[in-house]
Amino acid sequence: MFDYETLKLIWWLLIGVLLIGFVITDGFDMGVGALLPVIGKTDQERRMMINTIAPHWEGNQVWLVLAAGAIFAAWPTVYATAFSGFYVAMMLTLFALFFRPVGFDYRSKISDPLWRSSWDWGIFTGGVVPPIIFGVAFGNLLQGVPFVFDEYLRSTYQGSFLDLLNPFALLVGVFSLTLFVLQGSTWLQMKTEGVLQQRARLVSLYCAPIAMLLFALAGVWVAYGIDGYVITSLADFSGPANPLLKSAQLQSGAWLANYDKYPLTLTAPVIGLSFPILVWVASKFNRNAFAFFFSSVTQAGVLMTFAFSMFPFIMPSSIEPNFSLTVWDAVSSEMTLNIMTLCAAIFLPIILLYTCWCYFKMFGRIGKEYMAKNKHSAY
Amino acid sequence: MDDIVDLSRLQFAMTAMYHFLFVPLTLGLAWLLLIMESLYVMTGKAVYKDMTKFWGKLFGINFALGVTTGLTMEFQFGTNWAYYSHYVGDVFGAPLAIEGMMAFFLESTFVGLFFFGWDRLTKLQHLGATCLVAFGSSMSALWILIANAWMQNPVGAEFNYTTMRMEMTSFADLVFNPVAQVKFVHTVASGYVTGAMFVLAISSYYLLKGRDLAFAKRSFAIAAAFGTAGILSTIVLGDESGYEVGDVQKVKLAAIESEWETHPAPASFTLFGIPNQEEQRTDYAVKIPYALGIIATRSIDEQVIGLKELMVQHEERIRNGMIAYGHLTDLRGGDKSAEKIAAFEQVKADLGYGLLLKKYAPNVVDATEEQIQLAVDYSIPGVAPMFWSFRVMVGCGVLMLFIFLFAFYQSARNRIGKNKIFHKIVLYSLPLPWIAMEAGWIVAEYGRQPWAIAEILPTHMGVSSISSEKLIFSIMSIAAFYTVLLVIEMYLMFRFARLGPSSLKTGKYHFEQLAENNQQG
Repeated sequence: MFDYETLKLIWWLLIGVLLIGFVITDGFDMGVGALLPVIGKTDQERRMMINTIAPHWEGNQVWLVLAAGAIFAAWPTVYATAFSGFYVAMMLTLFALFFRPVGFDYRSKISDPLWRSSWDWGIFTGGVVPPIIFGVAFGNLLQGVPFVFDEYLRSTYQGSFLDLLNPFALLVGVFSLTLFVLQGSTWLQMKTEGVLQQRARLVSLYCAPIAMLLFALAGVWVAYGIDGYVITSLADFSGPANPLLKSAQLQSGAWLANYDKYPLTLTAPVIGLSFPILVWVASKFNRNAFAFFFSSVTQAGVLMTFAFSMFPFIMPSSIEPNFSLTVWDAVSSEMTLNIMTLCAAIFLPIILLYTCWCYFKMFGRIGKEYMAKNKHSAY
Repeated sequence: MDDIVDLSRLQFAMTAMYHFLFVPLTLGLAWLLLIMESLYVMTGKAVYKDMTKFWGKLFGINFALGVTTGLTMEFQFGTNWAYYSHYVGDVFGAPLAIEGMMAFFLESTFVGLFFFGWDRLTKLQHLGATCLVAFGSSMSALWILIANAWMQNPVGAEFNYTTMRMEMTSFADLVFNPVAQVKFVHTVASGYVTGAMFVLAISSYYLLKGRDLAFAKRSFAIAAAFGTAGILSTIVLGDESGYEVGDVQKVKLAAIESEWETHPAPASFTLFGIPNQEEQRTDYAVKIPYALGIIATRSIDEQVIGLKELMVQHEERIRNGMIAYGHLTDLRGGDKSAEKIAAFEQVKADLGYGLLLKKYAPNVVDATEEQIQLAVDYSIPGVAPMFWSFRVMVGCGVLMLFIFLFAFYQSARNRIGKNKIFHKIVLYSLPLPWIAMEAGWIVAEYGRQPWAIAEILPTHMGVSSISSEKLIFSIMSIAAFYTVLLVIEMYLMFRFARLGPSSLKTGKYHFEQLAENNQQG
C-alpha cells in the first residue's frame, strides 16, 4: 500500500491523533475528577459533576488504552523502553487510574457519607496524578532519558525515579495538570447549571491565563535552557527498525529547528499560546460550548507543539544519543504498519461517528431536576 | 536475574488470574442482558425490563473491576516484560491494538448508553446499544485470544536478525491460527456458562427464599437455556482439539495426561495417578482405554506422543539452537557474508531452543553436556500441576453439565422452584465456573512453560531490566489494591444480590411491598 517511510510518518501522526483524542476526552474526565472536592461542595453537587461524565468516561478512557496499544504495536521499542524505564511512574499512574472505574460506579451505590467521601478522594487522585505524571514524562522526553541498549537490543534504564522529578519536568507536570483542569472546567461550564456552573467558569477564568503563562515559560526554557538532539547520520529513512544503526548528538536549539525548516508548524505553538485567551473570553461572556471547544483546541495545539519540536525523536537517550528512539527506527515492520494503517482507516472514522452519536444522545445539562428524576439509576 | 524472573511471573500470574475473575462474567452476562431486553422489546412486559436493569446493575459492578484490572494487563507487558515487548511486539501488539479499535471502543462507548440511555433512546436504539456491548465484548475476546494463541503456536512470523526480533510474515496466518479458533470458542463459551451460572444461582436464592417468584423464574429459565448451550459448546468444542499443532501444545497434552511414554494409538485416558517428575513415570495410574485418543486427536488411529520422546526432540533442537546462536553472534558482530546468512537461515527455527540454554550457560555456544541436559529437563512444565488442574477443570465442567441439563429439564416441565434441594445445590455451585476457568488457564499458560512464546522466546528472557525492589514494590501494592477492591466488590455484589430487584425502586418487588404492607398494617 504505502512505502515504509510514509508508513512511519503515518504512525507518528496516528499516535498523535490518539493522544489528542485522549487529552480532549479523558482530559475533561480527569479534570472533573481533579475539581470534584474543589468546586463540588455538597454530595448533590459532586453527584451532578460525576453524572456529567457518567455515560462517557468508559469510552473516553479507551483513547488512552488504544494509544498505549498502538504504541505497543507500532512502536514496540518505545513501549518496551519507556514503560520499563519509567517503571515506578507507570505503576503510580496505574494505581491512580484504578480509582476511576470503581470510584464512578461504586460511589453512589451506598449513601454512607464516609463511603462516598472516600471514593471522592479516590476519583480526585485518579484525576490529578495521571496528568502530572504524563507531564513529567513528556518533560523528561524533551531532556533525554538515561537508557542504553545491549547488543541484543535489551534496554536498561540507568536513572532513578527521583531523577524524573527535575525542575523542568515538574513545570511540565504542573502545566499538564492545569490543562486537564481547564478542560474539565470548560466541560462543567457546558454541562452543569446554577452555582456549580458559575464555579466552573471561575476555574476556567483562572486556569486559562495560568496555562498560557506556563506554556510560554516552558517554551522559553526549551529554547534557552535545554539542548535538543539531532540525527547526524541515517542511511535510509526506509531502513530496518534498529535504533543502533544511526548516529545522533546533542545540539543547543535543536528542538526549534523544525520551526525554521517547516514554518507552517509554528501554528501549533501559536494555537497553544493564543487559544487560552479565547477560552478566557468565552468563559467571561458565558459562551460555555465555545470555551470547551477552544480549550480542546488548546490541548491539541500543545501536544502538537511537543511533537513538532521533537520530531523525528520520540525518546532520546541522554547517555548514548546514538541509541535514541526515533520515528524512523523504533517502529514495527512494514507489514505490521500496513495492516494497522488499514484497520485504523476503517475503524477510526466509525469510532468517531458512534462516539459523536452517543454525545448527541446524552446532550444537555445535568441539574437538580435530572438528579431528582434519576435518583436510583444515576451515579 | 532468577528472582526477577520469578517475581515478574508471580506478578503476571496474579494479575492475569485476578483479571479473569471479572472478564468471563462480562462476556456471559452481556448476552443474557441482550436476551432479556429482546424479550422486553418483543413482549413489552415490564418484568423483562426490570430483569435487564437489575442484572445490568450487577453487570456494572463486575464490569468496573474488569476495566480496572484490564489496565494492569495492558501496562504490564511494557513495564515488566520489556524484552518480550521488543522481541515480539511487531506481531503480538497488532491484535491488541486492533482489539482496541474494533471491540473495546465499541463495548465501552455503548456500555455508557446501556446504563444511562434508558430515557434518551428509543426501545430499539437501546436494544441496539446492549447488542453492541455484547458483540463488542466477545469480539474483544477474539482479538485477545488471537494474541494469546500466538504465544502457544506462533505462526505467520519470522526472526529478523537485523532488528533482533520476530516480525510478521502473514497476518492471515496469525488470525486463522487453528489454536486461536478453538481457544476463542472454548473461552467465550465458558464465559457464557459463567454468566448463566451467576443468574441461575442468584435466581435460585430468590426461589429458595420464596421472593419475587415471577422475576426469578423467568431469569432462571433464560439462564438454564443459555447455560445448557454454553456448557455443551465448552465441552464439545473443548480446547483439546487445538493440542495437535506445535511442539508446546503437544507437550501440554502429554503433561495433562502425565503420558511419559508414547503408546500405540489410541491412547488411554488416565483417570487417576500420581505424576512423578523425577522418575519420569506416573504412579498408581488408573486408565480408561481409547478415551484420550478420542478426546485429544478426535480419532482412534493417531498417537499421543509421550514426554520422553518429546524431550529427545528437544535435545536435538537445543543442539541446533546452539549453532543458530553462534551464527547470530557472528551476524551481529558484523560478518554478513552470504554463507553466514544461509547457514543461519538453515537453523534459525531452533534459535529459541538455544536461548533456553541462556539460563544455564550465558554464552550458549560453550554449554557443557550437563548444562544441555539441564535445559532438556527444563524444556517441559511440571507435570503434576498440569495433570491436576486439568482434572479440576473437567470435573467442574461435568458437574455444571449435569446442573444445566437438569435446570433446563425443570424449566421445560415448568417445575422451577419446586425442587428445593436442587436449588440449594445450584446456589452453592456458583463458584464452579470460576474454579474451572482459573484451572483451565493454568493448564494453558503454566503448560506453556518454559516458554513465553512457544519455541521462540523463553520466559526467563522476556523480563525487563529492573531491580527486584521495584518488583516487590509493585507486587505488594497491587496485592493490597486488589484485595481491598475484591472485598468491596464482593460486598456490593452480595448486598445487591440479596436485595434483588427491590434495588430498582420500582415499588413492585419484595422488600418494597413488605415496607408498604408494614406501613398499612
